[in-house]
Amino acid sequence: MPEDNAIRCDACPVLCYIKPGRTGACDRYGNHDGQLVRLDPHIVLDRAVSRGDSVVPFLDRDREWDGSLVSGPENFVTAIGAGTTYPDYKPAPFIISSEVQGVDMVSVVTEGIFSYCGVKVKIDTDRHLGPETNLVRAQGEPVGHVTTSEYGSQMLSLGGVRHLTGGSRKEGTVACDTLLNLCNRKAAELTIDEGATVIVQAGKAPVIGGAQEERMRVGCGSATIGMFAKQWFNKVDDVVVVDDHITGVLSEHQAGKLLGVRETGIKMKGRRSTPGRYFQVAEPGTAWGGTNIQDPLSILKSFNPKKAWPGLRLLMVSTTGEHYAYFELDDGLNPIEKDLPGSLNESVARIKENCEPALCSVLFMGGAGGSLRAGVTENPVRLTHSVRDALTRVTCGGAPVYVWPGGGITFMVDVTRVPGNGFGYVPTPALVAPIEFTLNLSDYAALGGYLDHVRTLDSIMGDDRRRHLPAHGNNPWPLASAKSRRKL
Amino acid sequence: MNARAQISLLPDGHRLHMHDGPIDLIVEAFGRTGEIKDAYQAASRRFVDVLDELCAELPLLRAQARKGGRWPGGRIARRMAAAVAPYAERTFITPMAAVAGAVAEEILETMTNAARLAKAYVNDGGDIALHLTQGENFIAGMVERPDRPSLFGTATLDASQPVRGIATSGWQGRSFSLGIADAVTVLADRAAMADGAATIVANAVDLPGHPNIIRVSARSLVPDSDMGDRLVTLGVENLSRDDVSDAVQAGVVCAQRLAGEGLIHCAALRLRGETRIVGRPAVIPKSESNEESAVLVHEQLHIRLSAGDRNQTVCSKTYEK
Repeated sequence: MPEDNAIRCDACPVLCYIKPGRTGACDRYGNHDGQLVRLDPHIVLDRAVSRGDSVVPFLDRDREWDGSLVSGPENFVTAIGAGTTYPDYKPAPFIISSEVQGVDMVSVVTEGIFSYCGVKVKIDTDRHLGPETNLVRAQGEPVGHVTTSEYGSQMLSLGGVRHLTGGSRKEGTVACDTLLNLCNRKAAELTIDEGATVIVQAGKAPVIGGAQEERMRVGCGSATIGMFAKQWFNKVDDVVVVDDHITGVLSEHQAGKLLGVRETGIKMKGRRSTPGRYFQVAEPGTAWGGTNIQDPLSILKSFNPKKAWPGLRLLMVSTTGEHYAYFELDDGLNPIEKDLPGSLNESVARIKENCEPALCSVLFMGGAGGSLRAGVTENPVRLTHSVRDALTRVTCGGAPVYVWPGGGITFMVDVTRVPGNGFGYVPTPALVAPIEFTLNLSDYAALGGYLDHVRTLDSIMGDDRRRHLPAHGNNPWPLASAKSRRKL
Repeated sequence: MNARAQISLLPDGHRLHMHDGPIDLIVEAFGRTGEIKDAYQAASRRFVDVLDELCAELPLLRAQARKGGRWPGGRIARRMAAAVAPYAERTFITPMAAVAGAVAEEILETMTNAARLAKAYVNDGGDIALHLTQGENFIAGMVERPDRPSLFGTATLDASQPVRGIATSGWQGRSFSLGIADAVTVLADRAAMADGAATIVANAVDLPGHPNIIRVSARSLVPDSDMGDRLVTLGVENLSRDDVSDAVQAGVVCAQRLAGEGLIHCAALRLRGETRIVGRPAVIPKSESNEESAVLVHEQLHIRLSAGDRNQTVCSKTYEK
């Protein structure tokens, strides 16, 4: 096997070794989660010559590519590279009909130019990135702000019309660039006023102040005691869960008391909050439980000789399970490190198992304006109603979207479900995002659609400017019937 | 004929698009219709063998060029080796630095040998070989970043000038760079020479040891990179105005030396909005050029920017309200 999970691309004699998340020399084939997939690097050129992209299952691996593009019944034309007719009154660039299980469906395919757009970024970390509402900057320019944090995650809201077009030219350009990079799953370095510098990339672990975040802790030290107390009971006399925020001690903790865990005479450094919960046992750092602790015993004082006993069994573990040590007290009540007994292995492994990998998630959010809707129907408000009534499905590059309640068509999409480099920009500055509206032909007629501009899927398949991409495995198929979609 | 290569006329009916593996060419010939047809047929016949021919010698082409080193056998490979040979003694470079220009040159020469053309170009991902006869000229537009197509200047090239090759290099392009230039565009006698020189000058636009430049081993990104463990630029953070000037100046010194040695005619260096021109003033900064008539030729962005072009109108002048 090649090094570092690289895969060998055999699409051409260059035989590139491609690492995960990267493309070969051609920029057309990439390693996506260990799978060789075809991408499209020439999105700008192709946008200029306006074409449709279709999403199809990748070629059978055992079949040699004959240079022609695949065709099959399961095609969905995305808006990536479709171009736009904005600001004309003209119909959208592609209005395509296809028959799905005996029903005539129409997909109206266009690219939207979004000034009113931005990204919501969720960064899985317990580290403090900066005070709420403080500005987030890229290259020194304000591009967003810190918004309310979520459990185990810090949240940023970036972009929006105020940064894109409301500030200086440079602010707009930098904001647009940052959004474009994030939406196309590239890394962006962000600095928060009075806070941290963080490198964010959708689907990747955040890098905070130069250190890559690995895992989300399972909970604070106190919460961890609560979650695992029962599994430790009778297998060990006391447990300390070391954490940067709240370090927990089983024998003193409410969960231990409820189980009847005997007092052990353990004494902790740090500031006691409530029984079994300690603040500030150490400084923040990159060792045990997000602290600077290298030797876990350094946070213990001597055991109380009136309570402790020789042979007392003590487990010390971090909130991610990555660090642990097991001790027994000798006759002088000094903790002596021993191998972790098999009976405790499982609980430590379970802490680790319950820590999810820390990731950055990026959701693009934008609102489709009136003129974009005018490319779909002569009576734009009817499109809004039709989306609202779930007759029209909205997708972004074939990816499912969440459409906000209320007026307009304001949607959010996980950028990792949109084909790579699906987003573009215009120098306004504003983002260009693909958007597809799919509905029954009869419903399309009813809302005043451009029936005379409907083309068949076959007529598009004959156009050699289109590019095929494998469908995203986790996305519901955009043309699936509403019924089967609900199951997904 | 190999099964991979795709060759087709673009929808405008004039330009030929040839694609095979990592090679992507846009070709346009001007002249009598029959001659253009002959040229395109010859180009197509030659093109289908290009990638296999190069791959047969890939290990040698990815190895550091050294004085007195082994010469490759293929015609394109020898163009590559010749283009980087002048730099072999002074720095690290591999023949791959000139591959795009060399391919463009070979296809152009195939066409001009096969037909009488008034002018022609072969654009290999922004590295361009030109053919010009008396009275003909090209206007080439330059863009900073392939993903953000905005012109920063144009170059007018006519038959009286010796320039027949244009190439652009920068850290954000398809190949790795040791430097931080957003774009270095070089005009030289031939495309392969321009390609190699653009790499050298773009590498020289640099601030060695600067903490705001993120560099990683090329191999860590691409295991079989010809750059090996050399640190290539992955990101450039904030740079002060002085930093930008220093970096560009280092590139200018390099470009002036190459110009003095006759390896290049002209170079346009671009970093963070600062543009410096070395050599003959064939390159005109954007403010003075007529953008409407420019032909954008970098990185396949071969879009005619005419006032009537719908996409361009959309791109530059509209807002979504």
